Amino acid sequence: MSKYLVNLTINDIPVSVPEGTTILAAAKKLDFRIPTLCYHEDLCVAGNCRVCVVEQVGGRALIAACATPVSEGMQIHTNSAVVRTARKTIIELLLSEHNSDCTKCYKNGNCELQSLAHEYRVGDHVFIDLVNGKHRSIDDLSPSIIKDDSKCIRCQRCVRTCDELQGVSALAVAYKGDHQKISTFLDHPLVEVVCTNCGQCVNRCPVGALIEKTYVEEVWDVINNPNKHVVVQTAPAVRVAIGEELGYNPGERLTGKMVTALKRLGFDSVLDTDFTADLTILEEGTELLTRLKRAVVDKDPTVALPMTTSCSPGWIKFIEHTFPEYLPNVSTCKSPQQMFGALAKTYYAQKKGLKAQDITVVSIMPCTAKKYEANRPEMRSSGYKDVDYVLTTRELGMMIKQAGINFQNLEDSAYDSIMGESTGAAVIFGATGGVMEAALRTVYELVTGREVPFANLNILPVRGMEGVKEAKVKIEGCLPEWKFLDGIEVSCAVAHSLAHARKLMQAVKDGTAHYHFIEVMACPGGCLGGGGQPIPTNEDIRAKRAAAIYGEDEGLPLRKSHENPEVKMIYEEFLGAPNSHKSHSLLHTHYLVRKQY
Amino acid sequence: MENTRPKRVDIIFLMEGIDPIKVVENAIKKSPDDIILDMIDSGLKGRGGAGFPTGLKWKFTRNEDSYDKYVICNADEGEPGTFKDREILDRVPEKVFAGLAICGYTIGAREGFIYLRGEYNFLLPALNEKLDVFNAGLKKIGLDFTIQMRSGSGAYICGEESALFESMEGKRGEPRNKPPYPTVAGYLGKPTAINNVETLVYAFMIARIGPEKFKEMGTKDSRGSKVFSISGDTPKAGISELELGMSVQQFVDEFGDGDTKAVQVGGASGGCVPRKMFKETIIGYEGIPTGGSMMLFNSSRSMYNVLHDYLEFFTEESCGQCTPCRVGCQQLLKGIEAVKRGEKNPGYLDDLKKLAKTMKVAAKCGLGQSVANPFISIVSNFKEEIIY
Ligand code: SF4
Ligand code: SF4
Ligand code: SF4
Ligand code: SF4
Ligand code: FES
Repeated sequence: MSKYLVNLTINDIPVSVPEGTTILAAAKKLDFRIPTLCYHEDLCVAGNCRVCVVEQVGGRALIAACATPVSEGMQIHTNSAVVRTARKTIIELLLSEHNSDCTKCYKNGNCELQSLAHEYRVGDHVFIDLVNGKHRSIDDLSPSIIKDDSKCIRCQRCVRTCDELQGVSALAVAYKGDHQKISTFLDHPLVEVVCTNCGQCVNRCPVGALIEKTYVEEVWDVINNPNKHVVVQTAPAVRVAIGEELGYNPGERLTGKMVTALKRLGFDSVLDTDFTADLTILEEGTELLTRLKRAVVDKDPTVALPMTTSCSPGWIKFIEHTFPEYLPNVSTCKSPQQMFGALAKTYYAQKKGLKAQDITVVSIMPCTAKKYEANRPEMRSSGYKDVDYVLTTRELGMMIKQAGINFQNLEDSAYDSIMGESTGAAVIFGATGGVMEAALRTVYELVTGREVPFANLNILPVRGMEGVKEAKVKIEGCLPEWKFLDGIEVSCAVAHSLAHARKLMQAVKDGTAHYHFIEVMACPGGCLGGGGQPIPTNEDIRAKRAAAIYGEDEGLPLRKSHENPEVKMIYEEFLGAPNSHKSHSLLHTHYLVRKQY
Repeated sequence: MENTRPKRVDIIFLMEGIDPIKVVENAIKKSPDDIILDMIDSGLKGRGGAGFPTGLKWKFTRNEDSYDKYVICNADEGEPGTFKDREILDRVPEKVFAGLAICGYTIGAREGFIYLRGEYNFLLPALNEKLDVFNAGLKKIGLDFTIQMRSGSGAYICGEESALFESMEGKRGEPRNKPPYPTVAGYLGKPTAINNVETLVYAFMIARIGPEKFKEMGTKDSRGSKVFSISGDTPKAGISELELGMSVQQFVDEFGDGDTKAVQVGGASGGCVPRKMFKETIIGYEGIPTGGSMMLFNSSRSMYNVLHDYLEFFTEESCGQCTPCRVGCQQLLKGIEAVKRGEKNPGYLDDLKKLAKTMKVAAKCGLGQSVANPFISIVSNFKEEIIY
């Protein structure tokens, strides 16, 4: 349907925009910013906070700029007397219901309500304090997320995120009137419901009502403890986003500076989750080939295909709740973070002559679900908690600022060794489709002895922001031991954000879609859009981070996981072969069936 | 109607000699466009309170190009002081059904629903029984239209049409953004004509007797008659169908107890008319519109208590999604309490009136927008009672 142009004026300036454009977007085009709170680019429009109200000449009431499409001849005023009064009153009302202890608040300095309160200087408002009488309920039982209702402005961004974007619906609006609040099933704490700890709601909460549980103080403590050898690992997606916490525009690749900063923070060894991402490819690739062999050669009817990836802990918790009958299909590989932890306290300890109990493993992750994952009781293959503390990209930014490091002026430095070596294949784990692409690069070559047949190794069909992507790769000219795969077309699917994952799994369940291998990342865009990434995150910012990730891949000399020299070395020295007994005990795991609410 | 008594009318409850199915059968001999012309010509406006011209509503819905369309009867009668729809559904449900069927035929819908207030569920068995017979009757005359009952769960806000759709769709009853309006995207996102119970009965009667008789009654802006729910300090509490166009004074002369000091017109969300304005205030769209609730208060009543009750009601019944209404209602309530207790000085009432005005223009739906009606009218006219 071709869209025709609608003419209107905003603050007396004429503008023409395609029909269907909101007043908010039309105003933006003229460089008028209209304040918003409930609006978020990633979500459907709610129109409930009302701070974006504007005046339409001749209109009976003010209208919400975020929720109202333009119409021909409209005359809009975004800053008239009645608009200003309404807007200010609304901010004052929100504050009267809000526990405004900014100086003690985790979001101090990055809070949309605080900015508005500042912009309109509403410090002296007349309304009665409504917080006092109300019970302040804080849910801090989850290792990932803290929910503080006394800070909630009821914008419902979190509800829309959890429902639309993630298809989880752990959060919902409950009660009405003055009792209305954001709640869970029967008001249970987040750890006891279907919440996947993805943190997408945290990333979109405009205030301090949903925040990550921070472990920054604990990490400072171990850094300052002379008896501890503190190892830090950084996930692929952190290096292309950390800049946003430190004054850079989105999409800046800052691996070298980040490594220098981590060294300056006092970590004893700065290592890379990329190393275990490459290892994952060998373990998971081998697992896939084994399953295919059992299906094709042994004609074993019990083999669980399609096999799905397992590196996203949000996805794991989701499938445990939602499609538990498909748990056998999930790769038994731990996530790269957990592989890293298990190896740091065994292999690394052995090589460095350290005792496992003296090593502390800290992860810097784009993700809040990784905090939960590190606390799963299964994640103790080293005999200790494999990963001790998980920090988000945002928390790393906080530490760098606390340490007074002038990040922008830092020199680059390289990761320490061992377990600091990376390939381009590992870096792209940070983007949706990246695990699939990395796996195909390795599996295809393993089986045929030739490089995967895509120009410059770039498997474009699995890249990009489409919710569900599909690719087919025909395997031909196999090496003798893989002859049974000759002529097979490996059929793959990639989903990111759990709403798309749900759709994909439902299609598999209904028998309307057939695949061999499925990649799922819980967050939109993959880890680069993780719940622990800088706020704001939106479509445009995700695209910029993705471009940076693929740029990083192209710039690296090694771009296939099986070429990672440290990966080769660990098999020779320690693990034996992929899926060996030792691999299984350290690098693989099992899953739990969980309840559906 | 200067100095005359309010004229009683008997249209809504009249059943003698009326076979609703027959009326439908005759009505649908006309083209939908002609029925719409009749409705527009009659001047019938929605009887739920908002007063949108019924004929236009039907026309807009008819004009939408969609295979699925719906017609819904809004029987979520929750406005404090309103009980006429219950009476209509109890006594003449077939006329409501027939109104739905004629509307369905006119706009091109094959399904109709009656969304019944949860508290009226005791009516359900009887209604369902009569519906079965009625639906069979429609089949017999060859009209492809069936009606079903739907139940609310007790939230006042579900009487707001878009919240009602949400509720019918199994979601939380929260008002939607408008546009789009129901005639374009209503129930299940399809064009929907949603009408009040009483409106449908008038539409039915207009289809039966033509628009002339109807538009003879009332005034230019408020044609026809209306069913009033009369309560409070009155010896004649109950339901009365009256011709529109009378003044509050005429109404009070007929229904008051001789000591009426104020009439709350239109329920909690309506306006309060003080004695000094009885004469000049016309009950209707040119004066003070009403969904039918008329509450009379005599001098023994404290208008502070009246307002306090209303504000408590809104504080609880606001769906809670939008800031001006959720927080505004609480502030108005706590505010008059603070003034009463002397914790805020009387001047604070002006701040609260300003707040109410902001709620009127900035709230998302009619509920929050209308809280200003009782608030400003009561605070302005009974300031002393609020303060002391
Ligand atoms: S949420 Fe924002 S406004 Fe509220 S206390 Fe925290 S920083 Fe201040
Ligand atoms: S963390 Fe994810 S799953 Fe949990 S409530 Fe937030 S959005 Fe929903
Ligand atoms: S928790 Fe945050 S995102 Fe959710 S409604 Fe409250 S303020 Fe909005
Ligand atoms: S005005 Fe009140 S009832 Fe209407 S949407 Fe806002 S909060 Fe809900
Ligand atoms: S931003 Fe428009 S109503 Fe909240």
